[in-house]
Amino acid sequence: MKKAIVYLNQFFGQIGGESSADHLPEIKEGGVGPALELDRQLQHAQITHTVVCGDNYISENKEDAVTQILKLLSDKEFDIFISGPAFKAGRYGLACGAVNKAVHDTFSVPVLTSMHTENPGVDMYKQDLIIFSGGESVMSMVEDLRKLAAYADKILTDQPLGTAEEEGYHVRGNRHQIWREDKVCAADRVVDMLLKKIHDQPFESELPIPEMDRVPIAPPVSDLTTARIAVLTSGGVVPVNNPDHIQSASATRWGKYSIEGMQRLEAGVFKTIHGGYDPTAINADPNRCLPIDALRAYETEGKIGHLYDFFYSTVGTGVTQSDAGRMGREIVADLLSAGIDAVIMTST
Amino acid sequence: MVKEVERAGIPIVQMANLVLVAKNIGANRIVPTISIPHPLGDPNTPKEEQWKLRYHRVGIALQGLMTDIEQQTVFDV
Repeated sequence: MKKAIVYLNQFFGQIGGESSADHLPEIKEGGVGPALELDRQLQHAQITHTVVCGDNYISENKEDAVTQILKLLSDKEFDIFISGPAFKAGRYGLACGAVNKAVHDTFSVPVLTSMHTENPGVDMYKQDLIIFSGGESVMSMVEDLRKLAAYADKILTDQPLGTAEEEGYHVRGNRHQIWREDKVCAADRVVDMLLKKIHDQPFESELPIPEMDRVPIAPPVSDLTTARIAVLTSGGVVPVNNPDHIQSASATRWGKYSIEGMQRLEAGVFKTIHGGYDPTAINADPNRCLPIDALRAYETEGKIGHLYDFFYSTVGTGVTQSDAGRMGREIVADLLSAGIDAVIMTST
Repeated sequence: MVKEVERAGIPIVQMANLVLVAKNIGANRIVPTISIPHPLGDPNTPKEEQWKLRYHRVGIALQGLMTDIEQQTVFDV
């Protein structure tokens, strides 16, 4: 029998209502409240412990609360971790997301939770976590637990897992390679789709494009001659030993590399590890992708104040929008701390 | 990535060969480059010409950073 640990808030953990929402994290032996029902439904796992924490405590002290919870779990053995269901309860959903993400990152076990689609925890964590599509309120408790238990049993017994739609969790935006049961090859499928499109018939794309997300136009730089400019590229230019092991396709990592004192990027010092185009031209002269030589010239002429001492790089091919967004946000944090005024990004 | 930078209020120019992709994804300031495997310098042309092209297009990008735009703009090169 495998072992499962459950996370609940103070209410479902049977500590109390709002007046107990400041309850510090604690761990109890066995299942409590909904965890008892989950234990009944799970066929291949037993719930050994239940972690309980007040919704307000974790909302207001997220880092501390998560650290304490990880500490409570550090001497426990478990094969899967399940939070909630959180229904439409916002603080609870955010707590389930934060705890699941930390537990997954720390212990590398599968983590599951369930929330109603309007729970803010869904938008915040669906890219990283499996969040089952749950009901609005405790009325759907049994059904939500049933879905969690069924999927947990599948994971624990190494059964094939379906897509987000088939299994009933919020789409993460991950792409998977699968063998289709109908064995129809991609060329046939795409031509079928094209014919349907030409004849104005409905068809379903196998690669749905996420909805548009427009960003307001940033105001221009008022004076470039005093501005700090940074360069980014998705062209995969890195030092020749690729110190951060950035992947040649479907990258999940980015790097930041010094150009301090360099007038240009020299071949043999930098190269591209991009797997989506012929690297010959850029390897022979990396400035063709990342125009450090031209930017230095503008800096020397005084047209720009300062070219930032580092450039940022990743590989753009095959990257999911969620990974691109995450890497973008990580880079932005760095740009802001470096006081960068404007950015040039080159893509291949 | 471009959008996350702009979301933070930092103006950004994307220099891209696939201008349509840059437009679709929502980059607001775009400067076209000449190809995918050598965006800013064609190896089949003399070095001097490659340098001129690169210097010119980077100049357009810098100008783009200073330009107040009302809508998504692909700058002329």
